[in-house]
Formats: sequence, C-alpha cells, structure tokens
Amino acid sequence: MKVEQLSVFIENRPGGLEEVTRILKEGNINIRTLSLADTSDFGILRLIVNDVNKASQLLKENGFRVSRTQVVAVEVPDRPGGLHSILEVLARANINVEYLYAFVERSGENAVIIFRFDDVDKAIDLLERHHFTILKGEKLYSL
Amino acid sequence: MIYDEEFETLPREALEALQLKRLKQVVMRAYHTVGFYKRSFDRTGIKPDDIKSLQDLSKLPFTTKQDLRDNYPFGMFAVPMSSIVRLHASSGTTGRPTVVGYTHRDIDTWSELMARCFVAAGVTKTDIIHNAYQYGLFTGGLGVHYGAERLGASVIPISGGNTKRQILILQDFGPTVICCTPSYALNLAEQGRAMGVDMASLRLRVGIFGAEPWSEEMRKQIENELNISALNIYGLSEIMGPGVAMECAEGREGMHIFEDHFIVETIDPETGHNLPPGEKGELVFTTLTKEAFPLIRYRTRDISRLILTPCRCGRTHIRMDRVMGRSDDMLIIRGVNIFPSQIEAILLEVKELEPHYQIIVDREGNLDTLEIQVEVSESFFDQADEVKVLQSLERRIQRDIKDYLGVTAKVKLVEPRTLQRSEGKARRVIDKRRIMA
Repeated sequence: MKVEQLSVFIENRPGGLEEVTRILKEGNINIRTLSLADTSDFGILRLIVNDVNKASQLLKENGFRVSRTQVVAVEVPDRPGGLHSILEVLARANINVEYLYAFVERSGENAVIIFRFDDVDKAIDLLERHHFTILKGEKLYSL
Repeated sequence: MIYDEEFETLPREALEALQLKRLKQVVMRAYHTVGFYKRSFDRTGIKPDDIKSLQDLSKLPFTTKQDLRDNYPFGMFAVPMSSIVRLHASSGTTGRPTVVGYTHRDIDTWSELMARCFVAAGVTKTDIIHNAYQYGLFTGGLGVHYGAERLGASVIPISGGNTKRQILILQDFGPTVICCTPSYALNLAEQGRAMGVDMASLRLRVGIFGAEPWSEEMRKQIENELNISALNIYGLSEIMGPGVAMECAEGREGMHIFEDHFIVETIDPETGHNLPPGEKGELVFTTLTKEAFPLIRYRTRDISRLILTPCRCGRTHIRMDRVMGRSDDMLIIRGVNIFPSQIEAILLEVKELEPHYQIIVDREGNLDTLEIQVEVSESFFDQADEVKVLQSLERRIQRDIKDYLGVTAKVKLVEPRTLQRSEGKARRVIDKRRIMA
C-alpha cells in the first residue's frame, strides 16, 4: 500500500531543477507528480515517477543525492471537503503529516493526495479502517 | 608628536648598538632558561657567544608557530609562573591556542609602547579613547587599554560587540579616539547611519585600526564616513600584542617598528634566506626586552616590506608597509585568526557529511563573511529527505564552528560534485576579499 517517492537534493540556483528534468527526459522517465520544498540555499525535489529504480539510478549516476521514501497515496473525490475528510481522521488519531502534495486524476473525478507520515504503517491502518482508498504503488506509477 | 623623544629618535648607530647589547642578553637568557632554545641552538651548533654583531642574528634558527604549539601551554616561558602576572592566548590550528605570558616589566614595556602609538597618532592625555577591541584572552583590548592609561587619557573599555550601545556611547560620551578593527569601524559607521546618527559629526577625530589586513581604499572610506584620521597599527600576541609598530600621523605611510625593543628581518618564506632590506617578504621578529616570553627569529607569516627612507616625523625607527598577505593559509575573519585545518577538523567529525568542503571568504558591505560549503552524505540523505533535518544539520555545524573558533559562519549544503575533489592540491579556500587593491 506504500508508494515509493524519490527525493533529490538540489541547490537553489538557476538551472538546478533543469538538470534533474533533463536527466529524466533522456532516460524516458515520466513524472507522475512532484513537489519542491525550498529554503534559501537548497531544495528537495520529491517525485513520483513511472520507474523508480531507473530514475534513482540515473540521478545517482549523474552525481545527485537521491533518497527513496515511503509515502501514502490516498484517493479522494475531487470536491469541497475531500482533503479535509482525511485530515480530520488523522488529527483525531494524533498522526502528524510531515508534508503532502496532490494532483487531480485524469478523469477529473478524483484527487490523489501524497502523504508523508512519521509512522506510515499506523497511518495506513487508520485510513483503511475509515475506508479511504489507498492507491498501490504500481497503480500510481502507471496512471 | 613623539612620546619617548630619546629612544624613538636615537641615531641609527646608537640604536644598533643598543639592539646588539640587548640581543646578546636575550639570546643568552633564552638559551639558558628555555629548553626549546637550548635544544634548537645546540642542534645548529651555535652558541650565544657567537652573536657578535647584528648580522650574526641570521645564524640563529627560526622559531615557528608550530614550535609554540609543541611547547603548549607554558613551555616557552623564560621565567617561573610566580613572575608571570598575565596570560594571553591566540587561536591555534588544532584548537590549541598559543599562550603568551607577561611579567610586570613586560606589561610595563607594552604599556609604554602602546602609549608611543597613541602619541604617534596625535593622541594626548586630554583625549577620550573608545576601545572596541575585544577584552579577554585576545591581546587587543587590554593592550590598548594599558597604553591609554599610561598616557593618561580616559579609556572607555567598551570591548567588542553590542553595536547599538557602542553608537549610543559614541554620541553621549563623546570619545575623540576610537580603536578597533577597520572592518568594525565601517560596521559602526553603517549601523550608526541606519540608526539615523550623523556619524561624521561625532567628536571622534582619530582612529587606530589593526588586527586585520586593510587597504588604502578602506582607509579613505573610514576617514570619510567617520570624519577622522585613520591610522594603522601592527602587532601580534606572540611578539607582544598591539603596539609592535605604529603609523605616525605625520607620515601616514608605513608603521614604525619600535626597534629599541624588536629586531625585524625580512626573509624569503620558501628558502628562509634573508632578503635585502626593502624587498617584499615574510617578517621575522626578535624580541629584545621581553622577560617572560622572549622570541628569537619568530616567523610571523605576515608578508610585507620594510621602508628604509627616513620619515618626516623624526623617528629613526624603520617602517613596515601594510601587511600584504600571509605566507601560510591563515585567514583573518573579523579579526579572528582561523586556519582552514581548524574548520576541516570540525567538519571531519560530522559523519553526515562527505569529506569535501570549500571555504569562501568575502566581504559584504564592511564585514568579512565566512561561508562553508559542505556536501551531505549519501547515507544521511537516504534517511532524511526533510528540510528540517537538513537545516538542523546546518545549524549544528554552524554552532560547532562558533563554539570552537569563535566566528559565525554560514554553512551551506551543496550538491555533490560541486566541490572540487582533492587531486593533489584541492582549492579549499576562496578568498574573494579585495583588500590589497
């Protein structure tokens, strides 16, 4: 039920991001979704891609610091209150969200929220008990 | 103006005779009281009696910073601790400082020489001196303080830091003289302006600046912004502290080395050979009168040149030009001496980092900046893809550097391969400051 996310360390400078996307393009890697956390000096680019192993290898070969992190992808109806319904459950159970990002599925009916939790298993267990749809990695990579 | 008319204007012949007499004494004393000198002279097969002229000085072996470190803390002292009345220290490469000691008479000599400096700058006992050199183990604060008191001027022992309070005191106490590092003087000017203070209309008229390299351009800037006459002072704790050499208000070109207390030589830093007077090289000092911590041919690593032409002020003491650089890799950041190896030693302790780093020194506005670029290790990033984890690593390294070295550095995580790999000689330090324009 977990999804593998790639995190790439990049310096906050012109062209930093472009290098990453060029490497992925040349490796024929498709980016499903991404987010960029930034500070004044550096950023962490987080990616869900169609081929985690290949993308990770390519970036490492080009000298990037890459880490793989377990995240959870939750599908919710794309309408007001969709995200809130998840966060409500998490808050009540006192589960902390480290970060999240989201995208809308191609059909336009559902949104997918990518969550990073401290305790991934506990979060999955809780969300399943509340009947949320958790996407499998394979499904997400091939969306 | 001259504080000690007799000794500061001694005809060269008499001055050299005095130097020789004192040199013989100090060499004899060092040989018999400091184990290091006995060993080092014996190794070269020279005896104190072999010193018959000033030229014979060059037969003696050098003393280096490493020798002082090897004899840490008190091994170079020539008197028992019961005769020592003060200890000072400067930073060293391995975190061990270089310790220096002073007898009553040494403090007396130092005060006297600092008083000479003040008078050379045109300061009198009616002046109020704002002393913003750091008080403490660093020699700047107390060295200047004692000289000011010797002269009979009024000292404000403000020490370094707390810039807003300094500006308030500059306005309210109306000091006429300021002593600090040149970069701090410009920092004060800038902060004062930001506070809406007209820094050019303060009562200040003279500034005595040292402890870090600075340029003629900086002098002009300080003089304009503070509306003062800015003069250069030289010293280092090993030799004594501030007051080894001082620029005179009349000449404003080079600092008179108090030759009745010190002998200066210039050497080629590579070969160690003496250079003809006037050529640019590394300054080597021998102390002639120090009791507690005599130094024979101490290699300062400071690059400068001696000015041989007589000065219009009437002093017969030789002058040295501004320090133009260092023959080792020591960096002077906001008056603090730092060796890249000290930074390296700290970084190598941090297991979250790769063993590559780069040190970038620059000057933003008027303050030296120190940036340390490091690469986060693969294994660490693998477990930490969060901004807060990486930022706390940056902060931890910054705190370590502040704790060990006393300077604030900006620690910047960079992508791997940004930093040059050591292939033979890696360029670890980039000094972007343009001091010697």
